[in-house]
Amino acid sequence: MSTVYNLKKEAEKPPRLTGGHRLCAGCGAGIVVAGVLRALNPEDRAVVVNATSCLEVSTFMYPYTAYMDSYIHSAFENSAATCSGVEAAYNALKRRGKVDGTVKFITFAGDGGTYDIGFQSLSGAMERGHDMVYICYDNEAYMNTGIQRSSSTPRHTRTTTSPVGVVQPGKKQNKKDLTDILVAHNIPYVAQTAPVGKFRDLHTKSHKAIYTEGPCFLNVLAPCPRGWDYPMAKLAEITQLAVDTCVWPLFEVEEGVWRLSYEPKKKLPVVDFLRTQGRFRHMFQKGNDWMIEEAQAFVDRKWERLLVRTEA
Amino acid sequence: MKSAVLTGEHFINGDEACAEGAIAAGCMFFAGYPITPATEVAEQMALRLPDVGGTFIQMEDEIAAMTCILGSAWTGAKSMTATSGPGFSLMMETVGLAVVTETPCVVVNVQRSGPSTGLPTQGAQADMMQAKWGSHGDYEIIAIAPSSPQEMFNLTITAFNLSETYRVPVFIMSDEIVGHMSEKVVIPPAGKIRTVSRPKPKGRKENFKPYAPGPKGVAPMPAIGEGYNVHVTGLTHDEKGYPVMSVDTQKEMMARLLGKIRNNLQDIILTEDYQLADAEIVLISYGVAARTSYTAVQTARRMGIKAGLLRLITVWPFPDDRIQALAEQVKAFVTVEINMGQICREVQRCAQGRARTYFVGHPGGAIIPPADVMAAIKEAMQAK
Repeated sequence: MSTVYNLKKEAEKPPRLTGGHRLCAGCGAGIVVAGVLRALNPEDRAVVVNATSCLEVSTFMYPYTAYMDSYIHSAFENSAATCSGVEAAYNALKRRGKVDGTVKFITFAGDGGTYDIGFQSLSGAMERGHDMVYICYDNEAYMNTGIQRSSSTPRHTRTTTSPVGVVQPGKKQNKKDLTDILVAHNIPYVAQTAPVGKFRDLHTKSHKAIYTEGPCFLNVLAPCPRGWDYPMAKLAEITQLAVDTCVWPLFEVEEGVWRLSYEPKKKLPVVDFLRTQGRFRHMFQKGNDWMIEEAQAFVDRKWERLLVRTEA
Repeated sequence: MKSAVLTGEHFINGDEACAEGAIAAGCMFFAGYPITPATEVAEQMALRLPDVGGTFIQMEDEIAAMTCILGSAWTGAKSMTATSGPGFSLMMETVGLAVVTETPCVVVNVQRSGPSTGLPTQGAQADMMQAKWGSHGDYEIIAIAPSSPQEMFNLTITAFNLSETYRVPVFIMSDEIVGHMSEKVVIPPAGKIRTVSRPKPKGRKENFKPYAPGPKGVAPMPAIGEGYNVHVTGLTHDEKGYPVMSVDTQKEMMARLLGKIRNNLQDIILTEDYQLADAEIVLISYGVAARTSYTAVQTARRMGIKAGLLRLITVWPFPDDRIQALAEQVKAFVTVEINMGQICREVQRCAQGRARTYFVGHPGGAIIPPADVMAAIKEAMQAK
């Protein structure tokens, strides 16, 4: 990796997730995947493992593929296990001298396939210590089946299985702290990032995750125009707001050492983020101020805790 | 609180009708997980259950969803989950637990084409044998095949009634075509809907035997917390619920588990006869495949061929006696189903060589054209 990150130079590299895929305009997932794969050294090859997801159905419909690298999908709940197997097979071939060069193993799964149904598989793979990277592109609901809540969906969000009505104000439960849970696996590298600004944070962390030996995990925010209900042109703005309101803090944990990657010059109120999306619209109805207050308190509590953890 | 029974005429799809049928049957608990083409059942339950005092829970996967409804059933609630092929596969271990613990529950499988991911958005009827044999061990369950959104409503009520009566998992083996098809669905007034609840113990709480058979061989079922000592276990157990690792106990328990279905076939099995009285060629079909079979019967009749249809409303337990009796009278059976040969084997078994058997199948993804059925009818007529 060049020591100085330069977006223009990075963008000049041939893309490893090519255009022409079928993801929606304004979808965060494609940008995340393209950004992660750009962090591969050009001479290295990769095996991309994918859980069932929007990404899967949109980027790989053989013989059409958006990937310049090998690709494998097996099912919804087992992408980490699949990746483990591929990595183990590579090691076996390498030991026998049957494969040349460097091959990296990168898994992409959504929050449903990571926080929920694929969680057991992920935990097992991380604990076993495969040399692989698992990337969760977190769009905070099951978008592929039409916007159902997941354990990543924030409290009070409207989805089709957490509807808003007189009995319940959207999802009742809090979002799970998956990144923290992965830290608890005591693996070499865990980070939380988002495709913001010039993608420096995403790029740097992806490169580190890919080239750190052992299991590494990235949780990447990937807004969804359908599920979050925003105009597609607002993707970058909304992602930046998630970071500047500390709804989605950027940090990394390297060999157990916590480090804050970005501290907003001015921490914006959460309401600035909530306002941009239809999934939170009911929070702005008369009498629902408490939901916004709760959302702010939740973010503040987690942010304060993160600041304590990342203090040198 | 809103009404549990939305009496009136609706234009809704089969998945939604299924959810409404469940609520009308008294289902107050749904645990599910999103999967095409069954997601709309969960979505409708998520929308409606909170309004009628029920509980909707989305679980982290289908293993959890199936397990969750067993737990809720033991608290006394009528419970349901809905899924499709891959999720149905994940549920299979717990199906066996439901059988052995005699837990009433309804599992909806809006079938899509497999194996594996298959055609996720297109219909099939290829999980019929999995419904019967998917979990390990010997067991009997009940499986129902609705042919229309109206039947998704009606037969979901039937499914709950049978499940409660016999303390057995009941499968609604729908498919993507019926699940996603929108038609008129008439929901009758609540007073006109017959609902059944599980038999409850009435006697002393001391020395209670939770698995001692009552009428129809079904043990009355207490809810946890009512004061009866119950032990709910997947181990082979005696009438008291004690695990007993003996051949005799296994024989006794299995006789009870199988017997409550096998000894009540008259009460459970539902079929529909269509132009069957004088039929020489009998179509056997169920679910969406039966819809094209009606057309084939009409076409054959117009051509002077005496064709009829035996529609299986319950597919499991299988109507052995009925088909054996028909085999004595008719020339041939033609089984019509969207798979590569499942229920046709049951028909062949029951025909015992007394009538010829033909199969019109389809690997999935579409309905069976009536012309394909006609070709089989003609072949059957010409056979010597």
